[in-house]
Amino acid sequence: MGDLDGLVTEFLVESYENLDRLDKEFVELEKNPGNRDVIASIFRTIHTVKGTSGFFGFEKLQLVAHAGENLLVRLRDGVLTLNADMGSALLRTVDAIRGILGNIERSGAEGAAIYPELIAELEALCTGRTVAAAPVAPAPVAEPAPQAAPAEAVHPVPSVVLPAVSSETASRGADPAAAAGGSLADQNLRVDVRVLDRLMNLVGELVLTRNQILQLAGSAADGALATTSKRLDHITSELQEEVMRTRMQPIETVWGKLPRVVRDLAKQIGKQVRLEMEGKDTELDKSIIEAIKDPLTHMVRNSVDHGVEKPERRIAAGKPAEGRILLRAYHEGGKVTIEIQDDGGGIDPARIKAKAIEKGILTAEQAAKLPEREILALIFAPGFSTAEQVTNISGRGVGMDVVRTNIERIGGSVDIGSKVGLGTTITIKIPLTLAIIPALVVQSGGERFAIPQINLLELVRIDTDKIATEIEDVYGAPVYRLRGQLLPLVHLNKVLGLPETQGAALNIVVLQADENQFGLVVDNVLDTGEIVVKPLDPQLRGLAIYAGATIMGDGSVALILDVFGLGARAHAVGKGREGRTDATAVAGEPKEPLLLFQSPDDGRMGIPLSQVVRLEELPASSVENTGEVEVVQYRGEILPLIRVFQMLPERRRNPRNPDAGVSPDVLPVVVHRHGERHVGLVVGRIIDTVEESMKLQKAASRAGIKGCIVVSGKVTEILDVEAVVRTVVPDFYRS
Amino acid sequence: MIDVAVRTRQYCTFRLAQHLCGIDVLQVHEILRHQPMTRVPLAPPVVRGLINLRGQIITALDMRTRLGFPARDDGRQPVNIVVGVGEGSEAMTAALLVDEIGDVIDIDPANCETPPDTIRGEVRELIQSVCKLDKGLMLILDVQRALQLEITSS
Repeated sequence: MGDLDGLVTEFLVESYENLDRLDKEFVELEKNPGNRDVIASIFRTIHTVKGTSGFFGFEKLQLVAHAGENLLVRLRDGVLTLNADMGSALLRTVDAIRGILGNIERSGAEGAAIYPELIAELEALCTGRTVAAAPVAPAPVAEPAPQAAPAEAVHPVPSVVLPAVSSETASRGADPAAAAGGSLADQNLRVDVRVLDRLMNLVGELVLTRNQILQLAGSAADGALATTSKRLDHITSELQEEVMRTRMQPIETVWGKLPRVVRDLAKQIGKQVRLEMEGKDTELDKSIIEAIKDPLTHMVRNSVDHGVEKPERRIAAGKPAEGRILLRAYHEGGKVTIEIQDDGGGIDPARIKAKAIEKGILTAEQAAKLPEREILALIFAPGFSTAEQVTNISGRGVGMDVVRTNIERIGGSVDIGSKVGLGTTITIKIPLTLAIIPALVVQSGGERFAIPQINLLELVRIDTDKIATEIEDVYGAPVYRLRGQLLPLVHLNKVLGLPETQGAALNIVVLQADENQFGLVVDNVLDTGEIVVKPLDPQLRGLAIYAGATIMGDGSVALILDVFGLGARAHAVGKGREGRTDATAVAGEPKEPLLLFQSPDDGRMGIPLSQVVRLEELPASSVENTGEVEVVQYRGEILPLIRVFQMLPERRRNPRNPDAGVSPDVLPVVVHRHGERHVGLVVGRIIDTVEESMKLQKAASRAGIKGCIVVSGKVTEILDVEAVVRTVVPDFYRS
Repeated sequence: MIDVAVRTRQYCTFRLAQHLCGIDVLQVHEILRHQPMTRVPLAPPVVRGLINLRGQIITALDMRTRLGFPARDDGRQPVNIVVGVGEGSEAMTAALLVDEIGDVIDIDPANCETPPDTIRGEVRELIQSVCKLDKGLMLILDVQRALQLEITSS
């Protein structure tokens, strides 16, 4: 049975539970024979057993269940009325099912008993012939499991199969001997999640108490107390771990059912689809697993139905006939991301637009203004479906909005991206309720914050006396050169509006958000450790900069920072994204940040940012003359100024824009440094900083210019800073 | 007698500025003295912080701010009323910070009236009804509404 073992185990456990309920329901039915609800419930249980046994290929089980189901349908629909014969026949059906399940559990096969009399009797009862057939089937048939079992001895399948599986899937810690001997129903226990929550909280309390004991023991000189508290420490940690684990399940529990769903659906609609999975063992909290089960199934069905094209169309488009759906799950930034990616036809925004207008969700004018991303998001609008035909699979427009509502209810988000002809990716981000993540604890403005370790790259500490030189400034935005790369700095105190503290050294936590890095400046770096993520109350979920909260060792609450939200708020992430789009356009060339400014003849010039220490706007009145050189007093030293445009041979006698976009009483100055020497380059109006490949596309046409490159569609001259500086301060670069 | 017992409801009373307020006692989980809390930067001012309630993190809302009363200035620590509303996935728990806790009293709905129209905007939404007591008036708060805050990520 291989892969199916886990599923069979689950089926058995579930069926046993349902059958136990059936016993109760039959008793209830005896008291009150006309109760249709009870009959309907019994019917559903038998129906489930039948359906699932068909799936696993347990034919005998299916036959018995089928016969019972037929009778139940008639009872449920009121065609027949329940009598004593029917009641006992149904009870024997339940016993027969139990018998076969018992065989499956012991040996992995159904066993020899096929219950022909019972089936015949059930069929007879269905057709309305009553008692006549009943005496034919007396006691022996009704004898269930114990009788069926001996027939098993013949069966060659080793009896270890199931217990082995069950002990792995369900009760990791169970005694192996018990696992081998006991029945499945005994090894698994359904526990109310609320009980687990309560346990979790109590363990949290225990941990705090333990911490206090440890402190006391540390200060006391009693050796025995120290030993005992050590033991308490270990046991508590282990207990905490186990309790936490009770709530975690791999996402595989949900995914396990999907290959079958995809296969059946693809067959039904004449498509070929392969389902691939990455990150099956990503663990999620039980409650989240439950919550994403249906939305996930729905979205995968959608991908098969709408996403992947029919084989003919795929071949015509030059793709392999077999479509691919990739499920990926991974932890990122304290959240779990689940992606459903297909390589199908993609979503045509024009079609969505047309449909939205047709359905009255949007007016034509509104639609024209919407960016593509928001148009795609329309598929989550209530009552929206673009399927040309309503199939029984999808297309009734009740799907995606429900999906989104369900995901958002647990504090998650759904995002969709699509390229026509290439496929669609749906990204679900869900919080890890109660998940445990390693985190770094920092302090800022007197408060403690936890940062998920997964976002953390490194820590940098800059001593007070070096801050002035190491932290540079690009037009008000502080940056730090981290191994030659500029790292934008974000002050946590400023972002959160906390009081600024005058700390000794500067602590930079280098963080990764998407593909962007930024440095978070905090007052203190305290500790690392595992934290339990608890979601914030619904009232606070709108604050994207927090991923949740956690309880620290001393019992106080600390907020968990959401690095993406934080980066977005401080604009450290958004800008880089644009830069990245450019980067993909001209892939392969290394990029360099470039400072752009206006030149007198209305052109653009650039200086590599690596040659810029700081940007300043100095009042023109502060310029003094020493000999032939203009200087300003700057940070306690004398900074010689070079008017860049005067150093360059001008092409036109009368430049179009002689002041280069700068008002005459302000000087934009680029501070350039070599070793201890500084020089200020007076330039034109600063336009922007961009990332661009420095491969010169045109040679220099005048002195002081290295050459030209194209930046966002405009020819830009790259200033030869060293040549310009040398003409004024010849020994500037001499060491 | 039975009739009256069925009709009266119990309210947990508390003081906010000079007002006597009440909330349905069934919504009250417990009363706590002032607790240490962690403030939440960037949250609306009504959110005073987060409290660790035996392992559960709950949000503390200052009812003075919520109802638009001036801030406490007598240096006394507010008291927490831990309340819960809703069921299942809609359930919300929060701590309401109030000046001083009072008795639990029985109220006959016949003595309650809808708040007068002259009460201004937002506060009116939060006051379910006004009860006429012998000693004065009591404002019955709509806890569900009081817990709902509008937050945008901007």
